[in-house]
Amino acid sequence: MAAAPAVGTAAGTGRSARLGPWGAFLVRRLVGLTAVAVTLVAGTFLMVQLIPGDPARVVAGAEATPADVELVRHDLGLDQPLLVRFGTYTSGLLRGDMGTSFQTQEPVAEIIGGRLPFTAEIALLAVLVVLGLAVPIGLAAAARGSRRTDASFTFVTGTVGATPEYIIGTLLVLGFAVELGWFPAAGAETLVSMVLPVAALVLPATCVMARIVRSEATHVLAQDYMRTARGRRLPPLRLYARHALPNLLTATLTLGGLILAGLLGGTVVVESVFAWPGIGQRVVEALLVRDYPVIQGCVLILGLLAALLNLLVDLVLALLDPRTLAGKGGR
Amino acid sequence: MRRIRWNAPLVVSLAGLGLIVVLGIVAPFLLEEEATALSGAARAHVSAGHWLGTDVLGRDVLARTLVATRLTLEMTLAATAIAAVAGILLGTGVWVSGRRVRELGLRLIDVMISYPALILALVIATVLGTGPVASVLAIGLGGAPAFARLTANMAASVAQRDFVTQARLMGVPPYRVLVRHLLPNISGPLLVLLSVAFANVLVALSGLSFLGVGVQAPDYDWGALLNSGLQSLYTNPAEAIGPAVAITVTGVLAGFVGDGLAAALDPRGGRAKAAAVRPTAVATPSHRAPADALVTVDGLAVVLPDGTRLVDDVSFHVMPGEVVGLVGESGSGKSLTAMSVARLLPEGLSAHAAELTLDDLDLAGPEADPKRLATEIGIVFQDPSSSFNPALRMSGQLTETLRVHQGVRGADADRRAVEALEQVRITEPARVMKQYPHELSGGMRQRAMIAAALLPGPRLIVADEPTTALDVTVQAEVLDVLKDINHRRGTSVLLISHDIGVVGTVCHRAVVMYAGRVVEELSAADLRAGRARHPYTRALLAASPRLRDSGSGERAPLATIPGRPPAPAGRPRGCGFTDRCPVAIDVVCATERPRLIDDVACHAVRQEVQAG
Repeated sequence: MAAAPAVGTAAGTGRSARLGPWGAFLVRRLVGLTAVAVTLVAGTFLMVQLIPGDPARVVAGAEATPADVELVRHDLGLDQPLLVRFGTYTSGLLRGDMGTSFQTQEPVAEIIGGRLPFTAEIALLAVLVVLGLAVPIGLAAAARGSRRTDASFTFVTGTVGATPEYIIGTLLVLGFAVELGWFPAAGAETLVSMVLPVAALVLPATCVMARIVRSEATHVLAQDYMRTARGRRLPPLRLYARHALPNLLTATLTLGGLILAGLLGGTVVVESVFAWPGIGQRVVEALLVRDYPVIQGCVLILGLLAALLNLLVDLVLALLDPRTLAGKGGR
Repeated sequence: MRRIRWNAPLVVSLAGLGLIVVLGIVAPFLLEEEATALSGAARAHVSAGHWLGTDVLGRDVLARTLVATRLTLEMTLAATAIAAVAGILLGTGVWVSGRRVRELGLRLIDVMISYPALILALVIATVLGTGPVASVLAIGLGGAPAFARLTANMAASVAQRDFVTQARLMGVPPYRVLVRHLLPNISGPLLVLLSVAFANVLVALSGLSFLGVGVQAPDYDWGALLNSGLQSLYTNPAEAIGPAVAITVTGVLAGFVGDGLAAALDPRGGRAKAAAVRPTAVATPSHRAPADALVTVDGLAVVLPDGTRLVDDVSFHVMPGEVVGLVGESGSGKSLTAMSVARLLPEGLSAHAAELTLDDLDLAGPEADPKRLATEIGIVFQDPSSSFNPALRMSGQLTETLRVHQGVRGADADRRAVEALEQVRITEPARVMKQYPHELSGGMRQRAMIAAALLPGPRLIVADEPTTALDVTVQAEVLDVLKDINHRRGTSVLLISHDIGVVGTVCHRAVVMYAGRVVEELSAADLRAGRARHPYTRALLAASPRLRDSGSGERAPLATIPGRPPAPAGRPRGCGFTDRCPVAIDVVCATERPRLIDDVACHAVRQEVQAG
């Protein structure tokens, strides 16, 4: 990769001169975000076009007469040419119109508006908890690792990290809701309802993340600049928090950003386990009854959320490590 | 591919997976009937007849879980194969194709991978519908981008090596480059990746079935069983436990196979962290150093956990205001000696000495006052580009010791740092303070490093090969700065260098090390005049261009020292230089350790002195 960055820097300096490093960074990221959004819109549109069989028949139901099916086809605009339909779809999206649910006749935008906060709530909380737990655990494991703690760290994180959210969720319900009755098994009535879904999301992700942190921390702690810092005889907290942490987070977030985005996939499953009224649970419901407009809308929003989460990670990276401003973020 | 070193976790997890595969093959033949037979009792609790109870139709849950093993494994293997083939083709394909295609391909993979695989799978399931085939395709294709990304990362390191570039330049077609050069070189890590992917695919496939959009009745896999188990969580919790345990155990085992493989393929092997050994017989104090020496090193040994001595019986001293050079080849132990003085040995190494002190501060004892260490010893490291923290501004790094150990407040500390930067001849010091290390040149960074070492007002500066990583033109500037500081402030300097010319020009006195021991100590004047006595020092001088050329105008070809220094564990009982020494005396040199007498440790010199 020796040659490529040099070319990038040469091209980048002219731009940075006008915009400053942050301006260039933001422009680059916004262009990227737009590209992702366009891809998502095209993808969700094509997704429905690719479905084998006749959506109109599906919507009209098994007992519909051919005339009924034709009526539905016209209502849905399915008798229009592909490009016209794409135009209708995108112009609708721009006006905030995401279509109407086949099943409930509600506008999809309203459905999503009502459910988005629930998904955002547990996903963001999970991201914070994962980072808040995995970073200190991984760092401690790297700094204080002996042979025995290394082995048990590998075993515990390997086991819990490989256990899917829905199984952890099921076990949590069994233990803490059915047997002990401490937390509600389902729903989102009280704040306490959030505990189990977030725990189910967080446990495996934290383990996977802690492994990444430990391996990165082992690398960082062996760097020359850490020896320099040790040469200043700093108290341990300062040594790890001020000198190791920023470098650690750069590498960890670059790798772990994917895990954080993957938490969104986890929410889909966890919401179904706990009947959490978020987008994930709704998209699964829609999938089961082939309610295409709802699927389209939910997938689009989940995709945008993932893109925004990635952007957030990149922003934090740029704040932590000024070198990432210059390049593509070292991925 | 490298030879696999078998380890316990790998063997155990492979055996466990093997057992599950056997179950998957056998169970359907033996238990098919029991798994579909409707007993009268629906959702019965655990009993002798039904170890995990029965489901909503009264079928035995344990039998169903075991029978489902086959379908689950088949689907998992198929989807893993799809993800792997698509991912490997994409990930290695970008590296054997042209530059344009590669950049576009890598960008595309990056976009795809930033999208959660499960949601991608849901989209594909929407198009393809439900059922085993649709699920396998959905999960397989959904997992392909991650596989592609990781394969591309692995392939990148191989594809940029010379032999691959050469093969491509010679016109070897991409397909052959892929099969002959790329794949064999990443097969080890690919195997690790495959087992991890297997675990992920299992979890995702079961997830689809669990959500009800995967395998549909009357077929059932573990995910589908877990789905129906969740419905009867209140009546028969054991129904969910069966498939949950099956999925978890299989996934965890596959993950551990990955861990085990990674460890087995790791060329560095297991991390050896043995307990520190007790110091073995420390040399008796020689008391050679004057009482008013600033640094006294007497009988220093630096020892590996296994007892190997990297540095052995090293003694020297540094007077206040003196610049002492430690010179020797790499591996001579000079840097370890310096790091022992700085009390900064790498983890696992330990220093033992009859005396190792800076004035009244014991540097070898179990406890040393961190404040005194930080303020009385300034350290200049070898590579200025890696010795500053890349994530922190210069100001914070320069003033840290002042703020942490000397209680100097922000603005005050900054002002003093600016002064120190001026002193090491850095222009625009105020601007440098606001910059990050990567924004400075190598020479500026090293001068800033000296400024940082200088700031707390140390009594000793330990400079470990301070110019090795720098351009020749910059080297002189940095050495000038060091000399200047010694001159103006009277700070003692312990300079470590492999360059006997540098030591001769900068230092007052030189300590020559070879194979972990001191072979000669001499004044810089003697060194410059070529009045070295030990055959090793003489060989070093003969191999140094600067000192030899300074006198006469004639240019003789540079001498080289034949052979290599012995490895720490294989050092002879006698003099370490024997094998390469032109004047070695039979018997004595190889078997008897020469002692440092009259500043030189050599049997031949001793004999000469006694004879003449």
